[in-house]
Amino acid sequence: MSHPAIAISNLAFRWRPADAFCLELANATVNAGKSLFLHGPSGSGKSTLLNLIGGVLLPARGSVSLLGQSLGELSASRRDAFRADHLGFIFQQFNLIPYLSVLDNVLLPCRFSARRARGVSEPEAEARRLLNALDLDPALLSRPAAELSVGQQQRVAAARALIGQPEILIADEPTSALDAERQAAFVELLLSEAKQAGSAVVFVSHDLRLAAHFDHSLALTA
Amino acid sequence: MKPLLAIALKSAWNRRLTLGLTLLAITLAVTLLLSVERIRQAARDGFAQSVSGTDLIVGARGSPLQLVLYAVFNVGEASNNVDWQSYQSIAADPAVAWSVPLALGDSHRGFPVLGTTPAYFEHYRYGDRQPLRFTAGQPFNGLFDSVIGAEVAAKLGYRLGESITLSHGSGPLPGLAHADKPFTVAGILAPTGTPVDRRVHVSLAAIEAIHLDWQGGAPVPGLAIPADMVGKFDLQPKTITAFLLGLHQRSAVFRLQRKIADYRAEPLLAVLPGVALDQLWQTVGVVEKALLGISGLVFAVGLAGLAAVMLASLNERRRELAVLRSVGAGPRHIVFLLMIESLLVTLLGVALSLAVVSVAAWLGGPWLAARFGLSTLPLAVSPGELRLLAGIFAAALLVSLWPAWRAYRLSLADGLIPRL
Repeated sequence: MSHPAIAISNLAFRWRPADAFCLELANATVNAGKSLFLHGPSGSGKSTLLNLIGGVLLPARGSVSLLGQSLGELSASRRDAFRADHLGFIFQQFNLIPYLSVLDNVLLPCRFSARRARGVSEPEAEARRLLNALDLDPALLSRPAAELSVGQQQRVAAARALIGQPEILIADEPTSALDAERQAAFVELLLSEAKQAGSAVVFVSHDLRLAAHFDHSLALTA
Repeated sequence: MKPLLAIALKSAWNRRLTLGLTLLAITLAVTLLLSVERIRQAARDGFAQSVSGTDLIVGARGSPLQLVLYAVFNVGEASNNVDWQSYQSIAADPAVAWSVPLALGDSHRGFPVLGTTPAYFEHYRYGDRQPLRFTAGQPFNGLFDSVIGAEVAAKLGYRLGESITLSHGSGPLPGLAHADKPFTVAGILAPTGTPVDRRVHVSLAAIEAIHLDWQGGAPVPGLAIPADMVGKFDLQPKTITAFLLGLHQRSAVFRLQRKIADYRAEPLLAVLPGVALDQLWQTVGVVEKALLGISGLVFAVGLAGLAAVMLASLNERRRELAVLRSVGAGPRHIVFLLMIESLLVTLLGVALSLAVVSVAAWLGGPWLAARFGLSTLPLAVSPGELRLLAGIFAAALLVSLWPAWRAYRLSLADGLIPRL
C-alpha cells in the first residue's frame, strides 16, 4: 500500500466559525506499521485531533487523509462506516460496555463492520487469541466487563481495538490509570500486537517517559 | 441495525429495575385505558339492550325519557295511567303481533312490583334478543302466584313456595301493606343484568284484587275483602301504566306510532325503545367520556414517566454511547437504540395489558354481565380499541423521539470522548 496510514496537512479546527482556531497542525504523517507518540499539555487539542482522525469532527481548514481517503469527502454515515472498518480505539478509561461480556465487548467492531469480521476467519477464536496474548485470564471471558479491574479492562479494550486487524490504532492515554511498571508492559504488548497486525499506531499521552517506545513523536502546543 | 437490537436488549436488561417500574406504570395505564374502553362499550351495549325485540313502548303522553325510565327501569312514576279500553283497542291493530301490559305502583321490600300477563314471559327480550329463562318454577298460574327476578331471589334469599306480601307505593310504610293478601313465589327468573332482575311479577288480576278494598291510595276504613272472596269480583283492570308492543313488520312502526299519537280517547305516547335508550345514554354518557379522559391522562403520566426515565438514563449512558460511536455506530444508530427501547417498553406494556384485560374479561365477564347488566365483555380487540392502540403507539413513538433527539445531540457534541 503506497498511501500513508494517516496524512494530515495544513489542519486547523475551531468549534464555531467566529472562534479562534483551537488546533493547528501543519503536517503529520504516519506510515503503515509505524507508531507515533503524541504529547502535549491538557487543552492542546489532543482529544479534538482524535475526533478529527476518527471522522467525528471535520476540520475547518486542511485535510485528514486515512489510507489515501480524505475524510472530508465522505458523508457522515460513510465516515462512521470507515471508522468501523479501519480504525481501532482505546480510551483512557471506561472503554467497555459494562453489561456486555468481555468476549462480546471484544467482538463489537465485528458487529458494526463486515470487513473487520471478514478479516478474521473465526472472530471468537481470534478474540480469545488476542485476549490470551494480552495476558488476560481466560476464566474472565464470559464475565460482564463491569466486574474487571481497570488494568484488565484496558487489555480487553486493546483486544477490541486490534480485532479484525484495522490499519490504524488510536490510543488516548490508555495507561494513565495504570501504575508505572504496568504502563511500560502494556505499551510493549500493544505495540507488538499492532506490529503483528501491521497497524499504524497513534498513542496520546502526557507521560514523556513512554516516548522511547515509539518510532516518532510529535508535540502539540496549546 | 440488527446487532444493535441485541445490544439494546442487553442494555435494557442492565437497567431492568427502573425500566421494569416504567413498564409497570405503562402496563397499568394501558390496562386502565383498555378496561374503560371495553366496559364503556359493554355498558353502552347492555344499556341499549335493556329491552330488545320490543318495537314500541306506549304510555300516557309526557316526556319520552320519563316513559322509558318508568316502563323499562321502574324509576319514577307515570304522570297518568292508560285506560284498559285504549290498550285493548291499540293491541287489536292488525299490525300488532303481541302486546304486554304493565301495571306499576306497588313494591316488595324496595323491589318494584310489576303487574302483567303471561305474555310477558313469552315476548319480553333483552340483550341480543334473549328470552327470559326460569331457574326454578314457572309463570304465574294462580291469582296470588308471583315470579321474582334473580336479584330479588338472591338478596332476599327466597325460594319457590315462599310467602311474600306486597306494599302499596314504593316504600314499606306501616299500614300500607297488602298483608291480608299474601303471594306465593311460583317462579324465579335467571339473571339478565337488566331491571327484570329487580322485579316481582304478578298478574294484572292480582294487582286488581289487592286494591279491591282500597281507594285513592289507602285502605277504605271498615271495608276488608278477604283473599278467598276476591274471586267473586270482576278483576278486569280498569287502567294500566304502560304497555309493550311487538309488530309483525318493523316497517309499520312509524305508522303505528303516529296512529297512537293521534289516538282520540286519551293522550298517549309511543316511543321506539332503541332511540329513547340512546337519548338517555347521551345524558348519562358524559360519565364514560370523563372516565376515558381520565384514563387518557393516566396514560400521559405513564408516558411522561417513560420519557423521564429515558432522559435520566442518558447521563449514565454517555460513555456507553461514545464507545459504540468509536466502534463505528453513527448518530442514527444511537437514535435507533434509544427509540427501540421506548417502543419495546410500550410494546411490552400493551401486550401485558391486553393479556390482563383479556384474562379479566374471561374470568370476570360473566359475573359483570350478571351483576351490572354489561353485555358480555368482548374477548377480541374491537376496531375502536385498535384505533386506541394505534393512538397509544403513535404517542409513545412521539415521546420516544425526545430522549432519542437528546442522545443524538449529546453524541454529536461528545464525539468519541464524552466530556463529563
